[in-house]
Amino acid sequence: MSLGAAVGRDAGFRLRHARGGRAVGAMADVELGRGRPDDRRPLSPHLQIYRPTLTMTMSIAHRITGVVLYLGTLLLAWFLIAASTSAEAFGVVSGFLDSILGRLILLGFTWALYHHLLGGIRHIIWDSGRGLEPREREWLVKATLIGGLVLTALTWILGLYVR
Amino acid sequence: MVQFTLPKNSTVGKGKVWPKPSGASKIREFRIYRWNPDDTANPRIDTYFIDRDDCAPMVLDALIWIKSKVDPTLTFRRSCREGICGSCAMNIDGTNGLACTKGMDEISGAVHIYPLPHMPVVKDLVPDLGVFYAQHASIEPWLQTTSPQPETEWRQSPADRNKLDGLYECILCACCSTSCPSYWWNGDRYLGPAVLLQAYRWLADSRDEATGQRLDTLEDPFRLYRCHTILNCSKACPKGLNPAKAIAEIKNLMIERQA
Repeated sequence: MSLGAAVGRDAGFRLRHARGGRAVGAMADVELGRGRPDDRRPLSPHLQIYRPTLTMTMSIAHRITGVVLYLGTLLLAWFLIAASTSAEAFGVVSGFLDSILGRLILLGFTWALYHHLLGGIRHIIWDSGRGLEPREREWLVKATLIGGLVLTALTWILGLYVR
Repeated sequence: MVQFTLPKNSTVGKGKVWPKPSGASKIREFRIYRWNPDDTANPRIDTYFIDRDDCAPMVLDALIWIKSKVDPTLTFRRSCREGICGSCAMNIDGTNGLACTKGMDEISGAVHIYPLPHMPVVKDLVPDLGVFYAQHASIEPWLQTTSPQPETEWRQSPADRNKLDGLYECILCACCSTSCPSYWWNGDRYLGPAVLLQAYRWLADSRDEATGQRLDTLEDPFRLYRCHTILNCSKACPKGLNPAKAIAEIKNLMIERQA
């Protein structure tokens, strides 16, 4: 009997009896034990060789924009705290945000916000079981990608116009 | 655990370039992942050339051609050669699929072939699917009932039977599960798209009476909820099924049950 088959049978038996238990540890038991000959087995390549799909790329972008929003929120907090502190403090923030670098950061923040917002809506639609057919899901992904860029552009045009 | 890079023993090196077939006019290049458990070397990529005029059109035909005419040590699983057994699942041209239903003319340039991603390799293109099968066993993939056994078969209306379409066709080739980044990072605890589609196949069966227990088993931050709708699964499925949708249906059943 091959080792693989033995592991499968053992693990299957254990898992069947772990039923009803919420402990996530049950599945961890399936891992091949350390120090066995199988440990020499290499792990097949994954991220290195998988051809990127649009939905996968957008999922990664959703994560990254989520992290960016934390940083943007810190920026917003700095702005609000400075505004309530003193005119000089506000001048420093205002001066920074008006610089080319500051504007680029604000532009990135705006885009991250819209991209993440629309991505969140897309995920709600998918979680409800809708929009998952091949054409629908590709359309949704493209719509949220373009939508985020368009909303960013509109916001900036409006912002620069009213200034 | 999320580890984006390969462990030291798994990094892939350059391999051998095998001779071109002599007198061939239409030559096709194949770059194939090799690893032999009997030596201590790391995996490598070997380059082979096939005579396209002497070989049938599918990627599996090319692998068999190489094994018979160039290098008998090349190791891979295959059986039915018509997309129903799922044995020849592998990563072809960057996407998971069955070698027997993938035409080499669908691919431009050299054909790159790797084992199913993020799996322990037994040899060459043969991954160890032990954990995958154990996970399938864990969802108890059989009809469970509490009602007394009927005298004939368990009856099912045509409408209820139709609910199993798009689910029962799954051949458990593991193309979807091993295309899923979430399964790559948490494959020991997340059940993955194939097993969850199978789980939904029993939840959707009008004859099955264990729905509550089945949902209990799945209601777990890892087993079910590691699905982040990346949708590589539905794109990879060589049978055209939609595991992502099946998973969404399970999530909806969870909500329905709470209401």
